[in-house]
Amino acid sequence: MIKKRRNTELALLIFAWLLGVLGTLQVGWATGEGTPPRLWITAGAVAAVALVMHTVVRIRAPYADPIMLPVGTLLTILGLIMIYRLDVADARRAQLNKSPIPTPDVYSQLTWFAIAGILFCAVFILLRDHRRLQRYTFTFGLIGLILMVLPLAPIIGTTVNGATLWVRFGGLQFQPAEIAKILITIFFAGYLVKTRDSLALVRTKVLGVGLPRPKDLGPIVVAWFISLGVLIFQRDLGTSLLFFGLFVSMLYIATQRRSWLIIGFVLFVGGAYFAYSNFAHVEARVTVWLDPWTYSDTTGYQIVQSLYGLANGGILGAGLGQGFPNLVPFASTDFIVSALGEELGITGVFAILMLYALLIERGFRVAITCRDGFGQLLAAGLSITLALQVFVIIGGVTGLIPLTGLTTPFLSYGGSSLIANWVIVALLLRISDRSRRPDTSQISPDDAMTQVVSRV
Amino acid sequence: MSRQIRRLSFVFGLLLIALLVNATLIQVINARDYRDRPGNQRILLAEYDRERGPILVASDPVARSVETGNTLTYIREYNNGPLYAPVTGFYSLVYGATGLERTENRILNGKADIFTVDRIQQLVSGRQPVGGAVTTTIDAAAQRAAFKGLKGKRGAVVAIEPATGRILASVQMPSFDPNRLSSHNPADIREYYAELEADPQKPLLNRPVVSLNPPGSTFKVVTAAAALASGRFTADSILPGPKAYQLPNSTKKLRNWNGRECGPGGKVTLEQALAISCNTAFAWLGNELGASAIRTQADAFGFDHSFEIPLRAATSLFPADPDAPQTALSAIGQFDVRATALQMAMVAAAIGNSGRTMNPYLVQEIRGPDLSILQTTEPTQYADAMKPSDSLSLTDMMVNVVQNGTGSNAQISGIRVAGKTGTAQTGNDSPSVAWFISFAPAAAPKVAVAVVIEESGAPEVSGNGLAAPIAKAVMEAVLRQ
Repeated sequence: MIKKRRNTELALLIFAWLLGVLGTLQVGWATGEGTPPRLWITAGAVAAVALVMHTVVRIRAPYADPIMLPVGTLLTILGLIMIYRLDVADARRAQLNKSPIPTPDVYSQLTWFAIAGILFCAVFILLRDHRRLQRYTFTFGLIGLILMVLPLAPIIGTTVNGATLWVRFGGLQFQPAEIAKILITIFFAGYLVKTRDSLALVRTKVLGVGLPRPKDLGPIVVAWFISLGVLIFQRDLGTSLLFFGLFVSMLYIATQRRSWLIIGFVLFVGGAYFAYSNFAHVEARVTVWLDPWTYSDTTGYQIVQSLYGLANGGILGAGLGQGFPNLVPFASTDFIVSALGEELGITGVFAILMLYALLIERGFRVAITCRDGFGQLLAAGLSITLALQVFVIIGGVTGLIPLTGLTTPFLSYGGSSLIANWVIVALLLRISDRSRRPDTSQISPDDAMTQVVSRV
Repeated sequence: MSRQIRRLSFVFGLLLIALLVNATLIQVINARDYRDRPGNQRILLAEYDRERGPILVASDPVARSVETGNTLTYIREYNNGPLYAPVTGFYSLVYGATGLERTENRILNGKADIFTVDRIQQLVSGRQPVGGAVTTTIDAAAQRAAFKGLKGKRGAVVAIEPATGRILASVQMPSFDPNRLSSHNPADIREYYAELEADPQKPLLNRPVVSLNPPGSTFKVVTAAAALASGRFTADSILPGPKAYQLPNSTKKLRNWNGRECGPGGKVTLEQALAISCNTAFAWLGNELGASAIRTQADAFGFDHSFEIPLRAATSLFPADPDAPQTALSAIGQFDVRATALQMAMVAAAIGNSGRTMNPYLVQEIRGPDLSILQTTEPTQYADAMKPSDSLSLTDMMVNVVQNGTGSNAQISGIRVAGKTGTAQTGNDSPSVAWFISFAPAAAPKVAVAVVIEESGAPEVSGNGLAAPIAKAVMEAVLRQ
């Protein structure tokens, strides 16, 4: 008998919500702002969004994994707390400089959370079975590709801080790459589940490793060129890395051939070296990464400030509201982990990394327990997207790898990213519900699948 | 496919460990190194973010934190900055802190251990920690009188309460404005600092406690004290006081400053020799006593020892192993004898305090953020420099200096003042240094003063002409209260 564990999910959600209320109070008290005047409105809004999501899952996907929704919610709440804390710092600075107080970011982030919640629910309501997505493999692939190049389009495309990854629509601006990464993951899953047999064929063996047929190299070369294109024309190191890493990993899972990993790695090294030696912006990132201190006043300023912040946090952190996270540029977006690391210390950083690890591990578990190839590939791909993104951005702001501009899933201020990551969780939960649901019939698994489809 | 997913998740597990290790390196292993990097504003911001305690003279803050309107929440404000600069020092974004701002930093920023109870309360109540207050021993009237007297000259004044060692005044000229060094404008701080550094008058030097000068004839009181301590001489002992003294084993002669004999027939009493500052008599006396007896006496007054008041004072020196002519010169405060104004004030104070040398100190009380007294400095004795009877005798001799001798400008009507003038050559060509040391009232002194004027450019009388009036003003300022 498989337990649904929906009440566990609810209890964990309440725990996450309580942490959010306490954290917000701590920010208010520690910064001398007092109890935030709209605390109960914001806390109520967060509770409402989380409760609606929980209810929809309870009804539409009762067997879904009970951990992922609370973990995503807790990460979103931690992000909201830090965004509020940075709002306070910005307002104070503006007040001291006698300049107008900037609009707080926390309310718009809260709005984005509500929109993300609506889309999260929409996934469950519109999509009864994830295998339906397979039908639109190439449609999603095409839309994904268009979204990726959209920022290069005239008029609507916008360059922010040197990277062309924004699209402006009237007053709204969003990062289409965030949505594109989901569509492209669906495309990869649908495409690879069909072609994996031929891609897994081995023609020659070199040093005991089976190599694919040359004509099967087409897809990986195309993916490689697209990645390089994103890097060169959009100057978006992060998305480029994410896109290529995702494709190679999924190719490896689908074909079960290690040779694809090797080929992918060789192509990555080649592309990275090509970009490093031909493009100043890539070279600059690497130079700063190797020795940030030499450039601490210029190109290394961000990373050095980030390291100062993290060091100031130490083991237990300065305490929420008691550090100087606003000294780090882009503290609420790219560098939100530095801000959290300063005020919550390495204890907080470890806790956040563990939350991500839990989320990703659950995602992989969904993939492993899933009974259909498409669902397996899709769940694995979505988990890999999350994992790569977390590693690339947190590794970047802590100086482990060169800094690339990616958002931190759930934590960073920004609507596109928040929405995309919540849709990822929704898709994973959708698949998870399907794979954990006990067989209601006594028929063989193959028939059971058709039966499930027929019930849709 | 499950096996591949497991393998990949294992790879991501390794990446997670890399992130954890890297975060540990930054936040734990290298954290201290990063925090101490010069470009890191956080430590200073944290310091400027909380209210730093004041430095008080009596109950008036001479240094205090004032709220500002920018990222650095507080700014340090110095009332009468140049007047109190040798006491307070500065507190600079760029150059760190000096003076009491440096030595009492942990009191002022509230991090000292004596605030543990307050800190726990702050932690519970969530209040920003506030620093403690430091009350100095400085007497505002004495400080102002000294500052006024030094105006237009280059030198220093130190006044001490003889019975306790409390430093009542510590003044230098030229001085600087700590406000400009403690501002929030690094460019202006650097500009002003460079200006001060380039000034040949060295205004940043804490003259009262670190500037070493030959004490000249003021050192004759030390030689006289050694003479009395030897038991071979009294105030009435007759000494040879010719026009010139033939330095032993040397072709050189030491002359009196006025080129005359010190008394009829070249004979003079010890008391009279001190009153007229007779070089030949004291040079002779120096060789009679020997260098080690004079050094023992000087050390009992505090020479050859570094005092922390709590600012670290320069060590005043008596030469290590002088030969006979050098001993003769040392006995009159020349050759390699060097003293700070603080040291000469201590000599005067000890003579007035029945021969007891007290440890000098600048911090009277430590107060908590609520101004409750947490700690009071108790006077401590450094050494027994003289027998009480000898000190009385020397006091009378010094009163005679002011009443009938070279120190007439320090006379205060109705009060017996004990004093001694001095002038010294700092080198063959360099201009002379004028000194005056004194204490009053002679019987039970409330104040002892040392005044040093560098580059006085005038002959022996300059001790009386330039320095004595300042000493008089400082003594009057204290005695008037």
